[in-house]
Amino acid sequence: MADTLRIEVPAGNGRDLPGPVEQPVLLVEGLVVEHRDGTTGRIFRAVDGVSLRVAAGESTAIVGESGSGKTTLAMAATGLGPRSGGHIELLGRSLERLSRRALRRLRPEVQIVFQDPHGSLDARQSVRSGLRELRRLQPERTAWIDDAALLERVRLSADLLDRYPHQLSGGQAQRVCIARALLMRPRLIVADEPTSGLDVSVQADVLKLLREVRQTTGAALLMISHDLAVVRSVCQTVHVMRRGRVVESGPCETVFTDPAHEYTRELLAAMPGARWRARR
Amino acid sequence: MRTLHLRRTALRLLVLLASTFIALTTAFALGRLSGDPTVNILGPTAPPEQREALRHELGLDRPPLTQYLDYFRSVFTGDFGDSLQFYQSNTTLILERLPYTLQLVAAGMTIAVLIGVPLGVLAATREGTWWDRAASTLALLGQSVPVFWLGMMLVALFAVKLGWLPAGQSGTPRHLILPAVTMSLYPMAHIARLTRASMSEALAEPFIDSARARGLSTAGVVWRHAFKNALMPVLTIVILQTGILMSGAVAIEYVYSWPGLGQLALQAVQFRDYPLVQAIVVFGALTFVVLNLLVDVIHSIVDPRVR
Amino acid sequence: MSRLDVKPAVKEPQAPRRATGGGRRTRRARTSVFWLSVPLAAIAALVFILPVTGLLPDGGQNLSQTRLPPAFLAGGTWDHPLGTDKRGQDVLTELVTSGRVTILIGLVGALVAIGPGVLIGMLAGYLRGWVDRVISIFIDAQLALPFILIALAIISNRGSSLPVLFSVLALTGWAACARVTRSATRTIREQQFILALRAAGASETRIIFRHVLPNLAGTVVALGTLQIGTAILIESALSFLGLGVVPPTTSWGSMLASGQDELGQAWWIAFFPGLAITVLVLLVNLLGDALLTHYDPRKRRR
Repeated sequence: MADTLRIEVPAGNGRDLPGPVEQPVLLVEGLVVEHRDGTTGRIFRAVDGVSLRVAAGESTAIVGESGSGKTTLAMAATGLGPRSGGHIELLGRSLERLSRRALRRLRPEVQIVFQDPHGSLDARQSVRSGLRELRRLQPERTAWIDDAALLERVRLSADLLDRYPHQLSGGQAQRVCIARALLMRPRLIVADEPTSGLDVSVQADVLKLLREVRQTTGAALLMISHDLAVVRSVCQTVHVMRRGRVVESGPCETVFTDPAHEYTRELLAAMPGARWRARR
Repeated sequence: MRTLHLRRTALRLLVLLASTFIALTTAFALGRLSGDPTVNILGPTAPPEQREALRHELGLDRPPLTQYLDYFRSVFTGDFGDSLQFYQSNTTLILERLPYTLQLVAAGMTIAVLIGVPLGVLAATREGTWWDRAASTLALLGQSVPVFWLGMMLVALFAVKLGWLPAGQSGTPRHLILPAVTMSLYPMAHIARLTRASMSEALAEPFIDSARARGLSTAGVVWRHAFKNALMPVLTIVILQTGILMSGAVAIEYVYSWPGLGQLALQAVQFRDYPLVQAIVVFGALTFVVLNLLVDVIHSIVDPRVR
Repeated sequence: MSRLDVKPAVKEPQAPRRATGGGRRTRRARTSVFWLSVPLAAIAALVFILPVTGLLPDGGQNLSQTRLPPAFLAGGTWDHPLGTDKRGQDVLTELVTSGRVTILIGLVGALVAIGPGVLIGMLAGYLRGWVDRVISIFIDAQLALPFILIALAIISNRGSSLPVLFSVLALTGWAACARVTRSATRTIREQQFILALRAAGASETRIIFRHVLPNLAGTVVALGTLQIGTAILIESALSFLGLGVVPPTTSWGSMLASGQDELGQAWWIAFFPGLAITVLVLLVNLLGDALLTHYDPRKRRR
């Protein structure tokens, strides 16, 4: 993992030049996130020395049960959450060295889709005005498509443009969130439990959409989930997390059919209706 | 674990001290720095020499920092100088009148709790019914009424018209009734609302359902589990309100000619007795700080989660 | 004297999510807001328009008609529907004239408290960390000082006047406003859409002004409404004690003061202003409560 060619893109020109193909979109080395427990005062490590790498266009998942540190990891890796130690490179730029403004300029490249679609949208803004605001933030970057066509891409009717979040169903709202992410033409999409808040019937559609988006835009996808079935249908590689540490990594097929670690096997066993062969 | 507890207690103490400090400094700033009191005391036409003499007597011609330090020194020693009006030590005056105000506050608070808490509990257990809405509206009314007006109306009715109770002054326990009842209204309303809200939340907790499922009667559940949990914020408010009552006493003591601190404060202001007013203000501020400290201490004892 | 203590003191995080609670209460709140605004607007209109219409009895002194009882009692006349005072002045007219003062002071008094209060509370709630801690200490210290002490401190120095009155209202009111705003800001800030906006590249300034503030607006309006009630009560108390408005200006509070001497002979002089205060403050409080429920940031519906 340490053999990757690390190329530092010069900062300050406002536009991120596409890096060479070998450069990973996200590089995490020895990330540690410490958290002080409010009641006991003890320091506990939500993320305890995690390293991983997301290549350009790759689709990776981080799985684990709740509390394993997956979301903390993703937030820290994208500069949205606290970090206590370790090295992170986002699109070739090391986070430690980035100023807040520079980090903000990087943001369009990294878009996040959250678990709670209604919670991710400002209840006071219609879909249209929300998109307008995004366009104002990044006028050139978002000029490539208009609102109606954008909604069409996520298979929503343009009638929804004037609706407010509470007038949308869960599935519709999540698609709007994906549309908003898509608008920015990101190189990395982080999806944190994107389907967990949705009805089962809608989940498959949203997942299909995520797959499509990835295929048509070439963006990398980092999905966080506790649901192995979901992960399997979308991702190429997977990292299994437990209590802040990655216990197993590898291509999805391999990990799922021939898990190396005890814990992975437990997770798979807990999956309803899973078909897998255990090989000792 | 022990050190953590100590550390948190120390931190809270520090915060408390800081609050005290700020409260007293605010009182100081408002009292001294908002203008020249001699203008108010002597009137705008007084000759400058007279004014200078007064400023010197009041210690206002000294540099602000010295005044500030003297101010805090007087807080510690309890010596607040002499009243311009009564030619007595301010501290003596305050301590003389204090028992009367305490009497009033204690009586008022007792009534407020004895009626307010049950009202709140009743409203919570009958949530959504007209009982609840009536109680809530009444409580809201209690917080909307100008208390001194109510006092006056009570006097007009019970003392003047009906002659059942005395109209003012202190003396016999009968003299205490009307003022105490008047005093109790606002905190009663507040306590009732708070008890209701608190009980309502406690009753909604899942462990209530599980207790019911285990076969405990509703009354048993209500009293043993919900009530205890609901009590904490109510206790807090009772203590804090006592402090607020002490100052609300001003208007009520005025209406009933009750010889307490409030009346003293009013007289002092009307006579432009600057030192006395300042002394009372400091006293009041300190009272609050002590009460807040009490609340914190009780919190840490009663609330098992904090321990 | 602030009723705003009720909500924060009970429990900071989520209210219990009961099946029937949310929808019905909100709908009821919305209708209440409507039905309360009407009488309030009516009162305001009456108080400001009536004097101009000439429908009111003469306002001057009339020594031949002192201490007349209200019209519906024995000895009263409809020329003076609410009676007259010891100098023959018509109570109704005085009520309306003083009402303007009371209402105006209430409105301005609420504004001077909300202005700084909301700003400070928002800063504390949004920035968190040490800024929040320091501000919270100030808020607690301020809440420890009841209005009467503040009033006494300032008045003993400067005497009573309108600026002093407004200073007292501002100094008393800002802390409660700050506390409520702070907790509302915290709630909003923790909602995911803020994080989503940050992830989309919005700057903190933009987030504060275009997203946090508009979401706070409802709470601020509710706060303001409640603060009007508080301001009126404080002003009335101070004017009653002779520490508020300065003659010849009269407010309902100062009417109460002049009514106090006449309790035995002409109780109506004190009765009506006090009743007016009660009704107005009650309506305002009901409205404010309904608004608070309606705009609670914990339930994100428009």
